[in-house]
Amino acid sequence: MSESPLWTVSVSPHIKSGESVERIMWTVVGCLLPPLILSVFIFGFQTLIITLVSVGACVATEAITQKLFHRPITIRDGSAVITGLLLAYIIPPGVPYWIPVLGAVMAVYVAKHLLGGIGFNIFNPALIGRAFLVATFPVAMTSAWLPPIRDASIFKYMGPGIDAISTATPLYVLKHYGIQAVIEKFGSMSTIYGDFFIGWRPGCIGETSALLLLLGGLYLLYKRYITWHIPVSVIVTIAFLTWVFGGEKLFAGSPLLAILSGGVMLGAFFMATDYVTSPSQPTGKLIFGAGIGALTVLIRFKGGYPEGICYAILLMNPLAPALEGWFRPRRFAPEKGAFK
Amino acid sequence: MHEAWTFSDYILLVIGAIFVNNILLAQFLGNCPFLGVSRKMETATGMAMAVIFVMTLAGIITWIVQTYVLVPLRLEYLQTIFFILIIAALVQLVEMFLQKSFPALYQALGIFLPLITTNCAVLGVAVINIREELTFLQTVVYSFASAVGYGFALILFTGIREQLEVSGIPDFMKGTAIGLVTAGLLSLAFFGFAGMVG
Repeated sequence: MSESPLWTVSVSPHIKSGESVERIMWTVVGCLLPPLILSVFIFGFQTLIITLVSVGACVATEAITQKLFHRPITIRDGSAVITGLLLAYIIPPGVPYWIPVLGAVMAVYVAKHLLGGIGFNIFNPALIGRAFLVATFPVAMTSAWLPPIRDASIFKYMGPGIDAISTATPLYVLKHYGIQAVIEKFGSMSTIYGDFFIGWRPGCIGETSALLLLLGGLYLLYKRYITWHIPVSVIVTIAFLTWVFGGEKLFAGSPLLAILSGGVMLGAFFMATDYVTSPSQPTGKLIFGAGIGALTVLIRFKGGYPEGICYAILLMNPLAPALEGWFRPRRFAPEKGAFK
Repeated sequence: MHEAWTFSDYILLVIGAIFVNNILLAQFLGNCPFLGVSRKMETATGMAMAVIFVMTLAGIITWIVQTYVLVPLRLEYLQTIFFILIIAALVQLVEMFLQKSFPALYQALGIFLPLITTNCAVLGVAVINIREELTFLQTVVYSFASAVGYGFALILFTGIREQLEVSGIPDFMKGTAIGLVTAGLLSLAFFGFAGMVG
């Protein structure tokens, strides 16, 4: 009886791909690392410290919460690491080091584990962390921007006196002073497109490099961890609505500037596509993405904040279950009661 | 607010009432029915409809009473008592109407229809109408839009809570506790609309 059987009898699924939550999560972490490395050269070494504090706080919060709730400790699955990375990526590079800790507790404890843990969070935890920080520390979260470092002196912003060198983000300048002021501050349009595409502009820690975020997103697409629907519909909607309404008159806005500034790339590829908080069917995804794009543009042009994609995703998150229900795929089997 | 209003001003008033100054998520009025009826979509939709009806009507009637009875008689200090009485009577009327005409909806709403009497959002909107010195037409639009905002938030929230029912919420957070936390998170998301209108 000890010899191995010729065939095994088991329940489905029979075809296994080797994919798992852990593998997907750690791949996403890998895709998120290049922007972090670049950010050290753009904003200085303290971005790495802020990110490490954020990741450490998220993992620690997850471990302590699961210990207190008497649940299995799952910090190895990488989801808390992603939350920590994303949270750090959407806060300004000049904030005090304790700020991400509070955001991490809010993100992991309140927005994730109180609602039931991984798979049940209604809202994207990292974005809740940011929204909480913006509401609680509005000055630090909306003014601690740093001008990019050009001469690779990455320790320039370490230590005291950091407030004195804060600057404004392109979207802030655009919102309050217009496109001419953006060109005066950041150089000619072609310089702006080049710099912003690679990442040399004031902004949050991990959102500036459209190039690296795009490469990371494309790798996730290639691995089929995400589909094209949400990122494309977010980016196309923002570009189109900015082109129509973003200028002095209709059809005079700059769509390229709109998608290269703010957190569009990071949000579209890494936040809006979160499995738990977005619909899973193509039609639902397209509408979800278009909603995020439209709300982003609405907040950018009419709202109180220069950038709106964080709130746009948070506002669409609770609609994901409804979109899922409304755009269910057609039954493959005959309709109920077809044979009566 | 006394100049002639254009159509776009009214649009802004509606958007402001539904999203920016949402009666539930930005002004935090009417939270008890918000938590009470948000367990099932049917009751939430019914409640939303009842609130839209009652709030619009209450806004109109209280405005008329304020303008043509209380102010001429210099009885403004009785505003709160008058408004509460008017709303209570109105709810009774709606209740009788629903009982005869829509028994199913009446059954579904159950205790929550009389509860509108104590829904501070209804009184709140009636008082805001007066405080902001809205004209009659503005009162109608604002009351209706506020009620739509209430219904919108309620239905959105109910969708979330129905989903939470199947999630592994820790035992000590079940029920009202997680409801309040979720409402807080939703309110945080609505911060995005801050500063948009007026």
